[in-house]
Amino acid sequence: MSRVDHAEASSEFIASSDHLEFHDRRLWDLRRKRDRATAAVPEWETLRDLASAIKEHTLTHLADYLEQFERAARANGAVVHWARDAAEHNQIVHRILAERGATTLVKSKSILTDECEMRQHLEARGIAVIETDLGERIQQLDDEPPSHIVVPAVHKLRADVAAVFARTLGTDPDNHDPHYLAEEQRRTTRPSFLNADAGMTGANFAVAETGAIVVCTNEGNADLSVHLPRLHIASVGIEKIVPRTGHLGVFVRMLSRSALGSPITQMTSHFRAPRPGAEMHIVLVDNGRSERLGMADFWTSLKCIRCGACMNTCPVYRRSGGLSYGATYSGPIGVIIDPTYDLRKYSALPFASTLNGSCSAVCPVKIDIHQQIYTWRRVVAERNALPFAKKQAMKMAGRLMASPALFRAAVEAAGAGVEYLPRVMLYNRFNAWGKQREVPAAPGLTFRQWWLKNRGGKGGEGQSG
Amino acid sequence: MSAREDILSRVRRLQPAAVEMPALPVFDAPAPTFAAFAAALERMGGKVAPPLAAGTDAEAALRTLFPQAGVVCSASPEIAGTRALAAIRRPAELEDVDVGVVRAAFGVAETGSVLLTEAELQVEALAFLPQHLLVLLDPARIVATLHDAYRDAAFASARYTLLLTGPSATADIEGVLIHGAQGVRSLTVLPLAAPQAP
Repeated sequence: MSRVDHAEASSEFIASSDHLEFHDRRLWDLRRKRDRATAAVPEWETLRDLASAIKEHTLTHLADYLEQFERAARANGAVVHWARDAAEHNQIVHRILAERGATTLVKSKSILTDECEMRQHLEARGIAVIETDLGERIQQLDDEPPSHIVVPAVHKLRADVAAVFARTLGTDPDNHDPHYLAEEQRRTTRPSFLNADAGMTGANFAVAETGAIVVCTNEGNADLSVHLPRLHIASVGIEKIVPRTGHLGVFVRMLSRSALGSPITQMTSHFRAPRPGAEMHIVLVDNGRSERLGMADFWTSLKCIRCGACMNTCPVYRRSGGLSYGATYSGPIGVIIDPTYDLRKYSALPFASTLNGSCSAVCPVKIDIHQQIYTWRRVVAERNALPFAKKQAMKMAGRLMASPALFRAAVEAAGAGVEYLPRVMLYNRFNAWGKQREVPAAPGLTFRQWWLKNRGGKGGEGQSG
Repeated sequence: MSAREDILSRVRRLQPAAVEMPALPVFDAPAPTFAAFAAALERMGGKVAPPLAAGTDAEAALRTLFPQAGVVCSASPEIAGTRALAAIRRPAELEDVDVGVVRAAFGVAETGSVLLTEAELQVEALAFLPQHLLVLLDPARIVATLHDAYRDAAFASARYTLLLTGPSATADIEGVLIHGAQGVRSLTVLPLAAPQAP
């Protein structure tokens, strides 16, 4: 696999300032809505502690809880399947469909099926797969993966959607009104719901004590996918387990507040058993999760409930777009998950971060995301997977940082440089920091100069440098 | 080794040292009122109908709320409807329903959600395929928070349990909020005491 060059890939997205500005603004708006929603819950921080502890408890007893879930689900009349990896998952789903002669599948959004590249697998075998979430449908019709786990087409503007729909659904290319476009999707998707042979969902949670799976959506498409066809297949990552129904109170209160700033999704659907005459199949998927569970520095990333809050708050994600990560999972959570799948391919991603820690601060299950990003950088460096330019820059920086005299000289020279150098020296294609931003004016004094002038010689403070 | 045994044995081998299960505290919450429920529901795009005027009934409220409604399908005895749910053989037969009617088990003040299971809906798709949904709710049956809601026995016994909060919605195009994505275009709650059990 070739290495994903995040900086290079993002340059394509950044090239359109309209898209960049909207993307940045829209996601920051979601972050502010999240702030307002969480501030209205006095026990928010207690909920975060609880959510984190429940997940850590569950993950450290995962084998037992998976067995309990399986027993309960079977007792409910569901069929439980186990898939070691993506290929096995896709084979199982295809076999279930093929054995029943099913050729059309309506599905709601499931990042796990994206991770498994299931759609391509099924389509190659003659199954028509219809994504029914609006954002996911836009991306399917445009033959592009989702760029965000909650809002899959957030990188597109209304004119882009109008162009995709005009090309694929025959809508009016000049009508960019989101109401018109959403209505056209509703109109063209409904026959698929009514006639599909099978429906598919993912799961936000799977409850060990009841065998129920929980799906949180706003559009109603997951429920239509389940309640109309006679066959429901649910793909569930093994880390989605929560022990008891009572724990859902904690997670459901946090999920949509963190994702969109609403207290709950419009639909929170608990599927425990198939209706008479219908079938329910649950595919439990590992695909690297058990291995991640054994990684001392990274196993807590399995606590993730896929709210996307870390993406919305991340300045790098907001200004580079999800597609530039070249992976199913983008943004800060992607940066710490993706290298567990393929370290070499995703070795550049841990550097797509400012390490500002905002991701960890908004995470509802308290994953120390920025710490893990930093740890991944060390892993990448130790495994010698750094790109050449970064290695040279780090070597240089290391030499500077190791010598106080060299460091001071460099800082002072850089300050003077910003002030006196001609623009072309600063804002050229070799300086990534000069793109889309002005280098700030250097202060008159460096911190050290200021300290020596204002605090120097007072009681020996600050003399260690 | 089967995939099941393979996964379980690997998980068992690799899962980190046991972390204890935390106890769930009981959080303080304002007393559950219908007014709080109604305010939360309206924030989620739902509507709240005024209580029935003296001497009128739910049928009259339905006609006032949906004067244009052609096909009405009701899972609650207060509304007769124009199509009997019992006659439905395939859920897809609900596709031309203008207004679906159902009585909710209870409401959640924190979120404006109503709880529905197959017992209330009779046909699960009734909450999604009609263009509009009228939900009858006893104003005395409100719980404060989602923690309270999850104490309900339905989660362990019903095949399907839905916390429904307003109409279907999407903001997938430029964040523009649109009600009526794939499910119902509007959801109206009519406060109406449940009939006394015989």
